[in-house]
Amino acid sequence: MTAQTLFEKVWNQHIVQPGGEGLPAVLYIDLHLVHEVTSPQAFTLLREKGLKVRRPDKTLATMDHSTPTTPRGIDGVIPVTDAQAAAQLEVMRKNAADFGIPLYDLGTRNQGIVHVIGPEQGLTQPGMTIVCGDSHTSTHGAFGALAFGIGTSEVAHVLATQCLLQYKPKTMAVRVDGRLHPGVTAKDIILAIIAKIGVGGGTGYVFEYMGEAIRALSMEGRMTICNMSIEGGARAGMVSPDETTFEWVAGRPYAPKGADWDRALARWRTLPTDDGAVFDNEVVLDADQLTPMITYGTNPGMGMPITATVPDPDQVGDVSAKMALDKALKYMDLQPGQPLLGKPVDVVFIGSCTNSRIGDLREAARLMRGRKVADGVRVMVVPGSQQVKAQAEAEGLDRIFKEAGAEWREAGCSMCIAMNGDQLAPGQYAISTSNRNFEGRQGKGGRTFLASPLTAAATAINGVITDPRQLVLEMA
Amino acid sequence: MEPIRKFSGRLVPLPINDIDTDQIIPARYLKVTDKAGLGAACFTDWRYEADGTPKPDFIMNQPEYQGGTILIGGHNFGCGSSREHAPWALMGAGFKAVISTYFADIFRNNALKNGLLPIVVDEATHRQLISLAQEDPQTQVTVDLATQTLTLPDGRAVTFPIDAFSKECLLKGVDQLGFLLDLEAEIAHYERENPARVNTLG
Ligand code: SF4
Repeated sequence: MTAQTLFEKVWNQHIVQPGGEGLPAVLYIDLHLVHEVTSPQAFTLLREKGLKVRRPDKTLATMDHSTPTTPRGIDGVIPVTDAQAAAQLEVMRKNAADFGIPLYDLGTRNQGIVHVIGPEQGLTQPGMTIVCGDSHTSTHGAFGALAFGIGTSEVAHVLATQCLLQYKPKTMAVRVDGRLHPGVTAKDIILAIIAKIGVGGGTGYVFEYMGEAIRALSMEGRMTICNMSIEGGARAGMVSPDETTFEWVAGRPYAPKGADWDRALARWRTLPTDDGAVFDNEVVLDADQLTPMITYGTNPGMGMPITATVPDPDQVGDVSAKMALDKALKYMDLQPGQPLLGKPVDVVFIGSCTNSRIGDLREAARLMRGRKVADGVRVMVVPGSQQVKAQAEAEGLDRIFKEAGAEWREAGCSMCIAMNGDQLAPGQYAISTSNRNFEGRQGKGGRTFLASPLTAAATAINGVITDPRQLVLEMA
Repeated sequence: MEPIRKFSGRLVPLPINDIDTDQIIPARYLKVTDKAGLGAACFTDWRYEADGTPKPDFIMNQPEYQGGTILIGGHNFGCGSSREHAPWALMGAGFKAVISTYFADIFRNNALKNGLLPIVVDEATHRQLISLAQEDPQTQVTVDLATQTLTLPDGRAVTFPIDAFSKECLLKGVDQLGFLLDLEAEIAHYERENPARVNTLG
């Protein structure tokens, strides 16, 4: 047998009908995650055509995007004050009920951001194909699954047939050698990769992250990295599963049990990329060289080491790249050559499917313990799921955040997407652990610096953009 | 879906790189449960002031470009969010095709499923089309899906790539779901051979 990549193995195992001669392959989907924003029109299509959901048992719906994260009332209910959002949530409930799909409803114990709950429940497993009407479905690739975002038409395809029409993408090895220094995290790795290849650099590819630094990461760190594959243009990012993966999955509600577990484990161990397997392309990064990263512009590729200064459009050779940088700096109201360290921020957002898991909250809490948030800065800590929230509360992290002066919220996408009431005012600056700094992403006219939870927490304390390494060293 | 064959249209140049789908249609407009009305919000934050008055500089607000049906974006058009609301909004705003040097994968897939043609041209042609459109807003090009050609005002025709399956569906005006529904036997066979790996209803 020729040596194969992880991607090729998973792809080949899911072929219902091979493509060729202009036809796409028909790919079987093991798990379809659904949320309220990108699914309503798909269910409408099913109704129009009189179709059923083929495999409700491989489908799971949650509510996360348009849901408020405001604390519960004394009745224990999360209030939905936006009529349009309330109607959209109601449509999700009706669709789930009519089509027999399990739903993690707002405020119930398993509800949360779609990419947080899949792994948390043990639904995300190595070797699976996973899709969702959401580009950050790439997150699940951290487990050695082939997971990618789809549009609403494709959501209808999967609901009706459990299959997708796909042309085989190319593969890119993304190798991160060496070791991270204290205070430098998975988020900094992925921001550095995207700064290097640009937001379109991975178009047409599936990434496989590999190398010493990736192996050393926790599952949460790997999820952070795979999550942002799409910001480099790749629909999917994967990591070959190893003991770290298996340990994380074991014992979760939907993980195989007993003899099933042994069989699953035997199968999963055959998945990692074979020695000598060939990739279509390769990028290499040295973790030893990395510092905390931050973005200065209006796409995730406009990132730099936190100690660097804002680049000068006049130094950019390519005309359209220069225009893009000019436009970005104007929107961000930043000057070429300006350092970002010391720049005041209005809001600190710790959350989103990139960085809202328990490990992320522990990191942030570690820096904020016994300290106070700087005056005049709004700090929001938004757990990725109700389970994460419950775990954090059991560990007392909520108290650390609240005593520091931060807001402790209900689970959801929150200020990552600003369609649920949590948003920046025009002109405000935020440092955010989310994944997109597009114009208006966190609120119309709002300005976003993307960074790690450590950088966000250090910035919360000082009120100005802060390199977290000093604080991390002091605590060691 | 209406079949697409051959059409002519005027160009609307928006030569900005990496136009993301959040700009095409911001998230706050995604609280809808249908596709209606998204055209009015297409590029809304670039197009309108906070009070709703049109920004005169923005290309879609310039009188000479009214009625243009073919948008030319910069490189890597449609990156970011997978929202299919982006092609719905562009079509709602009257566009039938978008030209770029390359498209983000999910946007391209979404566009093809809705009959919004993503037309990839080489960099030289891209530059030429932008300057033609900027110099003369009346510049008209012709798109012929059957021959996969884009004909410039000087009569030069460039070919553009499109996968054979999507092309066939667009020429016939049929959606792609029908093709999958016809594979019932193959899908059932796959399911028998590959027992469930996951069961969310436990
Ligand atoms: S947290 Fe942000 S990026 Fe993640 S699913 Fe929600 S809106 Fe999308």
